[in-house]
Formats: sequence, C-alpha cells, structure tokens
Amino acid sequence: MLRTWRQRLTITDIFIWVIGLTIAGVAILGTISTLQQGQYSARVWLDLSIKGLALGGVYALIAMGYTMVYGILKMINFAHSEVFMSGPFTTVFVAQGLAKSGFLDRQPVIGLAIILLVSAGVSTLIAILLERIAYRPLRNAPRLVPLITAIGASFFLLYVFRGLYGSGSFGYPAIHALQQSWTFAGIQIYKAQVAVIVGAVVMMLILFGMVQWTKIGKAMRAVSEDKEVAELMGINVDRIIVFTFGVGGASAGAAGVLYILLFPVVNFYMGFFPGIKAFTAAVLGGIGNVPGAFLGAIILGLLESVGPNLFLTGLGVPSPSQLKDAIAFIVLVLILIFRPTGILGERISRGKA
Amino acid sequence: MKSKSSYWVKTLQNGLVGGGISLLMGLVGMALAFDKTYVISGVITMGQIFILSPFLFEAYLSVRHAPSKDPRMLFLVGGLSGLVGGAVLAAFVLIGEVVNLRAVLVNASPNLFALLTFHLPLVPGILVLLVVSLVTGLIAAGVILLPERIRGALSQAVMVVVILGLFRDLIVTVIVKWGFVQYAFLWLFAGSGLKIIGALIIFGVIGGLAYWSKGRDRKAIALKRSPRQQRVTRWGTLGALAVITLLLPVILGSYFSEILDNVGIYILMGLGLNIVVGFAGLLDLGYVAFYAIGAYTLGILTTSEAVGLLHLSFWLATPLALVIAVAAGVILGLPILKMRGDYLAIVTLGFGEIIRIVVLSDWLKPLLGGSEGIQLIGKPAIGSFVLANQQQLYYLILVGILIAGFISIRLKDSHLGRSWMALREDEDVAEAMGINKVTTKLLAFAMGALFSGLGGALFATKIGSVYPQSFSFIVSINILSLIIIGGMGSIPGVFVGGLALVGLPLLLSQFADFRYLIYGAVLVIMMLMKPEGLAPEARRRLELHEDEAGPGPQEEPQTVVKNPGR
Repeated sequence: MLRTWRQRLTITDIFIWVIGLTIAGVAILGTISTLQQGQYSARVWLDLSIKGLALGGVYALIAMGYTMVYGILKMINFAHSEVFMSGPFTTVFVAQGLAKSGFLDRQPVIGLAIILLVSAGVSTLIAILLERIAYRPLRNAPRLVPLITAIGASFFLLYVFRGLYGSGSFGYPAIHALQQSWTFAGIQIYKAQVAVIVGAVVMMLILFGMVQWTKIGKAMRAVSEDKEVAELMGINVDRIIVFTFGVGGASAGAAGVLYILLFPVVNFYMGFFPGIKAFTAAVLGGIGNVPGAFLGAIILGLLESVGPNLFLTGLGVPSPSQLKDAIAFIVLVLILIFRPTGILGERISRGKA
Repeated sequence: MKSKSSYWVKTLQNGLVGGGISLLMGLVGMALAFDKTYVISGVITMGQIFILSPFLFEAYLSVRHAPSKDPRMLFLVGGLSGLVGGAVLAAFVLIGEVVNLRAVLVNASPNLFALLTFHLPLVPGILVLLVVSLVTGLIAAGVILLPERIRGALSQAVMVVVILGLFRDLIVTVIVKWGFVQYAFLWLFAGSGLKIIGALIIFGVIGGLAYWSKGRDRKAIALKRSPRQQRVTRWGTLGALAVITLLLPVILGSYFSEILDNVGIYILMGLGLNIVVGFAGLLDLGYVAFYAIGAYTLGILTTSEAVGLLHLSFWLATPLALVIAVAAGVILGLPILKMRGDYLAIVTLGFGEIIRIVVLSDWLKPLLGGSEGIQLIGKPAIGSFVLANQQQLYYLILVGILIAGFISIRLKDSHLGRSWMALREDEDVAEAMGINKVTTKLLAFAMGALFSGLGGALFATKIGSVYPQSFSFIVSINILSLIIIGGMGSIPGVFVGGLALVGLPLLLSQFADFRYLIYGAVLVIMMLMKPEGLAPEARRRLELHEDEAGPGPQEEPQTVVKNPGR
C-alpha cells in the first residue's frame, strides 16, 4: 500500500503540494498574527462578512450561467462576463430616466422591478444571440475552436458596448429607500446589502426549483447527462441549449442589478472581474452543480471580503485590499490543482476536465 | 431541397442581417471615424464603404444560394436583399428624427445621420439611401453572373483601389522621400484618397494584370523550369526579401520604424505563443505574464534609478531576464500539467492577472515601483555605440526574431515538435506511445516563456520604462489573435498575423479605437469560417477539414452532438 503510493508520487506532485502548503501556511500565519495584533474590532469583521455575503450572492447568480452552460455543452462560456455587463450597462439609462421623472423615489419597488426586468431581458437577448451566432455552428468542432470563439465573442461584445454607450462610467441614481440602515445591538446593517442577499437567495431558490422540479429542468438535466439519449427520448436539444443560455443570461442580468446596489457605477469593462470570480465560484462549488455554485460563491465572497485583511495585515502588507482580486485567482488555481471536482461536484472524468 | 418560400424568407433575413451589421458599424462609431477618409476623392469615403459592404456581402450570399440561375431572378433576389438592408437604415434614420437617440447611443450623432442620408435633407436622403442599397444588391447579382476569371480580377482590382485610397497619407509620406520618382505616382492621389482618374487607372492596370495572370497556368510554368532555375528564383526572392528587410528602417524613417519595432516585438512573442498554442495545443491566456517578467527583470537590473539592483548592462541583464522568465514558465507549467483546454486557459489567465495585480500593489512598490513603474532603463550598447533610436533597435529586434524563427523552424519537425503535436492531438495516446508528458509540456511552456521574456526585455529597453498598465490581459489576446489569424502552428502565419493585426491599427490611427472590436470579430469569424488561418500549416488544414476529405478518425465521443435538424 505504502509502496504503491510512494511509487506514484512524482516530483511534480511534491512541488505542487509544497506550493499549496506554503500558501496555506502563509494564510494561517497571517490570520494568527492579524488576530494577535487586534487592529480590527469584531464589528469590522462582521461588517466585512455581511459585505462578503452580499457579494457572494451576486457571484452565485452569475455563476449559474457558467455552471449550467458547462453542464450542457462542457464548455466555458468566456463571454458570460459580457452577458453580465450588458444588462446593467444598458439599464443605467432606464434607471436615470426613472429617477429623473421621480418615479424611482415614489415607487421604489416597481422601479427596481422594471430595472431588473430590463436588465435581465437585455442579458438574455445577448446570451441567446451569442449562442445562435457564435457557438451553435461550432458544436462539433475540436475543443480549442469554441473556446477561442468564446474569447473573441467576449472581446467583441466588450468593445461593441464601449462603442454603443461610450467608454465613460455612468452612475446609477441613488435609491433612497435602500440607503438607510438598521441597527441591531450596535451593529449597523445596510438595507441595500440585505436586499441583495435576500434577492440573491430568492432567485437562487427559483432557479434551483426550476432545474429540479419542472419539466424543462428535467430535460436540461437529461441533456447534460447524455445529449444523444436525451434526443432519442424526444427532447429538442437545440431548444434546451437556447433555454439554458437564456436562463443563464437572465440570472446574469438580474445579478447585474444586485451588483449595482452594492457598486452603483457601470462601465463597459465592469464584467471582467465579477465574471472571473463567478467562474471561480462555480468551479469551487463543483461545476455543473447548482447548489454547489451557490456555496462556492458565498465562500468566495467571504474570502474576498474578509481574506485580504485577515491573511495579509498581520504580515505587514500595506493596503491588502488591493490584492483581493489576486486572492480569487489563487483560490481558483488551488481548487483546480487539489480538488478539480469542487466541493459538491460529482466526479468529472478526465476527458471533461 | 428547400422550398421556394423558405428561400424568400432567407433572402429577407439576409437583408435584415446586412442592415443590422451596417447599423452596428454606424452605432459603434466605425463608419463615422472614417467619414472624412475618402477612398476616391469626392466620390466615396471609407465610412460609406463600411455602411454598404454588409449589403453587398449579404446580397451575394442570397444570390449564391438562389434556387435558379435565371438572371432576372438573381437581380430580383440581390436587389431585394440590398433594399431590405437599406430599409433598416432608413427606419433608423426616421426613428432618430423623432427620438433623441444620442442620449443613450453616443454615436447616433447628426453626423451619422448625415452620413447615412448622403448629406441630403431627410426625404431625398432616405430615397437616395434606398436606391444606393438597391444598386449595391444588384451589383452583387451582376458579379455572380460574370465569368469566374473576370470576377476574380474585378475583386482584386477593387481591393487594391480601396487599400491604396485608404492608406493614401502613408503612401504619400513615404514616396515624397524618393526624389524624382515621386512624380510618377504622386499625381494619382488627391488630398484625401485617390483622384478619380487615378482610381480608374489603378483599377484598369490591376484588373488587367490580374485577368492576365489568372489566364496562365502557374503550376505548368513552374514545372517547366529546371531545378537549377527554381533554386535561383528561390534564393533570388529570399535575397531580395533580406535586402528589403535590412533597408526598411532607412527607407521608412523613424516614425514607421517605431511601428515596425512594435510589430517585431509582437511577432517575436507570437512565435513563442505559437509553440505553446499552435504546436502543443495548450491555450495559454496568461502569456503576458512572461512578457512582464522579462521587462521588469531587465528594468530592475539595468535602470539607473534608485530601485535598480545591480545596474548591469543590457547584454548581461537579458540572459538573466530570460532565465527568470523560463523559470516562471516552468513554475506555472508544473501545477497545470494535468489540466486541459478550458481550465488551462482560465488558470493561465489568472496567473497573468496575479502578476499584474501584485506588480501594481503597494506591497511590492519599493521593489517594482508600483503604478509609477521603473524609468531610465538602460539601452543596449556595443562598445561605445549605443543603440538608442528606433531604427537601430529595429536591427536588435530583427536578430531576436531571426533566432526565434530559426528555433521554431528547427523544433517544428524535430522529435520534440512531433511530441508536442502528438500531445495536442490526443494526450492519452501520446503517453501510451511513450512520450513523457511532463517534460514535453514543460518544454513548451519554457520555450514560450523564453520568447515572451525576450520580447519583454526588448520592449523595456525600447520604451526605456516599464509600467504595470502595459501588461494587461489584452496583450495576451493580441498575441493570440495574431497567431490565430495567421494559422495556429504556422510560422509564416505569425508574420502575416503580426503585420495585419499589429501593423494595420498602428498605421491607420482611425482604427485604433476599434482595434479590439475587430480582434474579437476576427477571432469569431476565423473560427467560424476558416479555423486553419490565413497562412495555414498543412497538417492542421487536413485535420480541420478531415470530414470533407473522407472518413477520418472520430472525435472523442462526448464532444460529438448530432443535430439531425440541420
């Protein structure tokens, strides 16, 4: 037993484990020394955690698009970050119009619902067009071909939106109803963050229910299990794929509206980092797995929000939050090395990974 | 066999798509950027060509699939397709008349509407627009009816006229330096674009030449030559090419030399990425990381600023920079050995971003200068002669390209090169055939990192300073696009891609804003239409078209989707 294990251990494995243990060691050391220094109070950590939860909710909704498309087509839709961007970037004009007419202040709920619908609609449209124009003709092509197409489509969309709306940043109007905060036992909680968390959980539940209990959800699962057999069972595979892209786009557009409640500024490159992080979340939870994406996103949101201060302050790194984007990437690399199936993922055969 | 009615629906669809593409070109600002750029002075601008070419293309598609080849039918189909496209634009103009679209769409300016209505008042403008698009569609039908030989000559002639007109400024700035020779050509050009008479003459000459050369059977002529003659022509062409390459900076002057330098650095890196992506099939999106590592190492080692470490000369620092870049390549390569395709792409992307974020942070600022970067980087010197200006650096970059090109060519058909290609095609089979996956893949990463690091070192010494902003993800995409347009795995393809994708946008400043838009479109269109690239490698072309050539090996089963509906 021990001998076979020793025979299979190669120099690369040792190297990888050394890297992994070093990173884990740095994180643990940093945490201990940060907590010993006691620079931040418990309230700061709690604030950061709530922020992380809200962020995680947004990532979870974006991750749905990655994870569902991956489940069915076994490809990473690189352009999904632009599908995410297209919704809120287009809707900013609707929101500004609503704010100017005073409607948003009078009827904040209906106003937000309109914004949500428009944003989800635009993202859905872009996702479906993307599938139709760029991906469908390439379904039988060698693996590298659709991947490169996706990268190209991502850049194309990025700069189309830059051309359409300009390269500047646009601010979303403030929604006064969401600007206040509640105070529980000395802890301040912003309404906007609560709205984001609640909104994300509700939408995730709807999506989960749809995949799990509706007829079309069943068809989606069948297609992701085996396309040819699904087709033999009378499922229209093309329609299911379009539907999957549509649902992924809609949840990305909805995530966009939640995102602007946290960061009310939009521009054409706003999709890149949330897109990558949502992908990381999907991989972390186990790609192709809906509850996994939610779990992964929450963990990633917390790590990103709390992590830099917790791991790095104690090590004397100045302004650690500058490195928060790097943390997401390091998590991605580590998870792919040590547990490519993710936390809840089923076994991905070698051919798929 | 499709029914006739579905064919008419298809024609209408094509027309709508043409109108949509042309509207998009208008709305992203491409048409407006070229609004003042005449191709033929006073007749047609590049902006108008952008607006009308989708109509031509879509009408051509409609006509080509027409159920009958009756000329009246073809003209009807072509005209209809063009007219529908024109109607889309006309509808847009009418909407713009009522609603202020500019509040949302920055490019829906009065200038765009003026461009679309040919600077006429609303009603006559729309009528002219419709007539012009109808005529464009009819032209597409007319082109189809011409014999193959005339059609080819015609399209070549049109292309040359457009290119010459578009690059008028460049051509004029270069030829005025040629002394009295300039007068032979200068009169063809107007203040912007070609003169009408010039365009006609060029059209006639090129069209005639193309018609004549298409008539000859090239292969038969080549076969008639003796081997000796063939050798002479080949060495003659190579020699002429070498002389031109050596003289280019002298002929073109310092402005164009800088462009050449940039193209050269990209070609150098393209050669490296070609090994990783083209030969070994590992889609590396973090290629910029090694470029950054090369540039920063050279910067730190040679700068005369306080952050500098050893104050070495360029010649000592470059090998060190290369060693560090290669080491980084191997370190990155190790953890991702087991990953394939998509995951590999995203992890390498992550690696590139980690490098950029870390360099930009305050944490390493004392060492790497943070967002202010490193200035005062040393220039290479031979004895007391410093290679300071762009023309002199050109030769240094040329040497780099020659080395990289030589190594690439030698590696391609070597044992290692074949192992890379075997791994690219099927890892499991390659391993079963006794190829060591670990060393083979690591060598691919190391070679890629080597050339990228060299590119970075040359870039740093050329600019004289390095900033983290120069090393964004977009550089990786840039290099990836250029090897894809040239053809993955093809060494001449890297040069074609570099000249087309890096050279053109630098030469035509109007393109600069739309550079990445075009890159994205190029990647998608190339993958959809011509995945083997413009200058393809023979083996790759066979692989990608194996279904057309006859029964070939099957794909791995899970990527195969059967669509009986199509």
